[in-house]
Amino acid sequence: MIELQNIYKIYQVGEEEVRALDGVTLTVQDHEFVAIEGSSGSGKSTLMNIVGCLDIADEGDYYIDGQNVMDLSEHSLAVMRNKKIGFIFQQFNLLPKLTAYENVELPLIYQGLPGRERKIRVEESLMKVGLENRMFHRPNQLSGGQQQRVAVARALATHPSLILADEPTGNLDSKSTRDIMDLIHELHRQGNTIMLITHDTAIAREAERQVQLMDGKIVSDTARISASAKTEAADSEGSR
Amino acid sequence: MKFRQSVKMAISAVFSNKMRSFLTMLGIIIGVLSVTLLISIVQSGTGTITDAMSTLGGDQVTVSITEGEKRLLYFELDELKANEAVNIIAPYMSGKGVAKAGGKSKDVTVYGVTKEYDAINNLTLTGGRFLSELDREYRLNVCVLGAEVAEELFGRESALDRTVRIQGKDFRVIGVLEEEDEYAMNSTNRRVFIPLTTAQRIFKQTGITNFILTADNKAALRTAQTAVADFLDNKFSEDSDYTIINMAEILDIMGTVMNTLSLMLGGIAGISLLVGGIGIMNIMLVSVTERTREIGIRKAIGAQRSDITIQFMIESIFISLMGGVIGMLLSIVTLKVLNHFVTEVTFVISPSVAMLALSFSIAVGLIFGIYPASKAAKLSPINALRYE
Repeated sequence: MIELQNIYKIYQVGEEEVRALDGVTLTVQDHEFVAIEGSSGSGKSTLMNIVGCLDIADEGDYYIDGQNVMDLSEHSLAVMRNKKIGFIFQQFNLLPKLTAYENVELPLIYQGLPGRERKIRVEESLMKVGLENRMFHRPNQLSGGQQQRVAVARALATHPSLILADEPTGNLDSKSTRDIMDLIHELHRQGNTIMLITHDTAIAREAERQVQLMDGKIVSDTARISASAKTEAADSEGSR
Repeated sequence: MKFRQSVKMAISAVFSNKMRSFLTMLGIIIGVLSVTLLISIVQSGTGTITDAMSTLGGDQVTVSITEGEKRLLYFELDELKANEAVNIIAPYMSGKGVAKAGGKSKDVTVYGVTKEYDAINNLTLTGGRFLSELDREYRLNVCVLGAEVAEELFGRESALDRTVRIQGKDFRVIGVLEEEDEYAMNSTNRRVFIPLTTAQRIFKQTGITNFILTADNKAALRTAQTAVADFLDNKFSEDSDYTIINMAEILDIMGTVMNTLSLMLGGIAGISLLVGGIGIMNIMLVSVTERTREIGIRKAIGAQRSDITIQFMIESIFISLMGGVIGMLLSIVTLKVLNHFVTEVTFVISPSVAMLALSFSIAVGLIFGIYPASKAAKLSPINALRYE
């Protein structure tokens, strides 16, 4: 479970004070699929950095599975990113010189997992994204959609508490976009918690819950009644 | 295991940019090559020279009376022989001469010696005998030929009992010496030995101007040396009338000089190793900048600072170690080639020099890798991810 309470992130640009996040409070339950929607400058990148433990808020509290991230050292933050968060980036962010297999293996290496276990996890993840036939291809031998699927497999491999997808379809054509979105839905059905950050309303609407961000504040938080979402869960979320 | 993965990743990073890695290595290759080559050449040369000089005898002193008028008489040496520290005294004289036989002639060094000369130098004969006490006493015209002299005058025939004409006098050959190493400083190959007394007559010299003195050990040798000096000081008024050469002391001094030389040359060559190290640091810094995004990705998916540091450190150490190994192999090859052309000295690389050069190159990689690696590790993941 992800809990943000009164999060502030303020930048000093010259004389001016920019409130990138201005008192954000947000809870994401396990197995939820939330879209964070906002235009550029709304603070969604800052929010993603903080949720992804890449950055620390100036004020407020942030809990991942009950653990307060605010007082963690750099070392522990790296451990959090490694174990709790699975990143999916707009730019895919695969290492170009490593094969699909090695890219997916990398976070498991940093975890210190023994080789045999890594092999099981990597193959399982690549299987989930349907790339079991492309395991030893390099990113430049794969299409954009396939590269993003490798990135998804890398995010899944560590069995994270939260999959954090930052504009995952921003660099993809419409067909690949559909593929990736279908994959994300599938992962959600399998019980993963997903936070999708996007400026695209159509993409955001596919999530079971949409949170709209503007000028560092949450301006709306609505749930879509979907076949897969539990009605009561959506109700309790939507009432805030 | 995590370390093994880091090594694997570092090596593949080095190989993925072969040209650049090679050029970076080149600095270390040249550094290690010049260090090992120079030190090996000086050491091998020193070894050869000291070996040659020690055949002159490391446990003996050579006394020469330099003032033309002054002489020792043969019996006066008995006084020195009485000294406990002295083991053997061998008086000798030498002069240039020509040996002739059967229409052939050869320039030789004529040595007038006594049987003690053999006792000190342990000469080996292929036939006959060395000079005896009787030969000295009766000033016999007998001679012992060096190997090269015997071969040039008599070819494959036996020289024994043949006659050799030296300085217009006929000598009977009583012995032939075994061939000695050409480059040993005291090689007897081109010498002819005759009785001291006979030589004195031929070269019209009375008394003794040179003798070799041995002792059982270094300490005794020093005592003997002092005794000789005292003895000669009593005999002659000025101590500049004679010189005493202690081969062991000369060898010591030469050893010190050669050590200093190899240290100096090694130091100068070491500078190129240092420059190579700076090259590594430079290229690693470029590499860190180029791979900012990669570092960002690694950090985002959970790499610790230490993971990044280790990765870059291994890369720089790997480059410098590989450069060191290549430089070492090149210097071994160079020395082998050199050995084909230079026969006087056998050049070898000593294990200690090899170890030193390799550990030096590892140290260079370590020292010059620290800064770029820590720079990489300190990058903030957000900025690094945003880097284009």
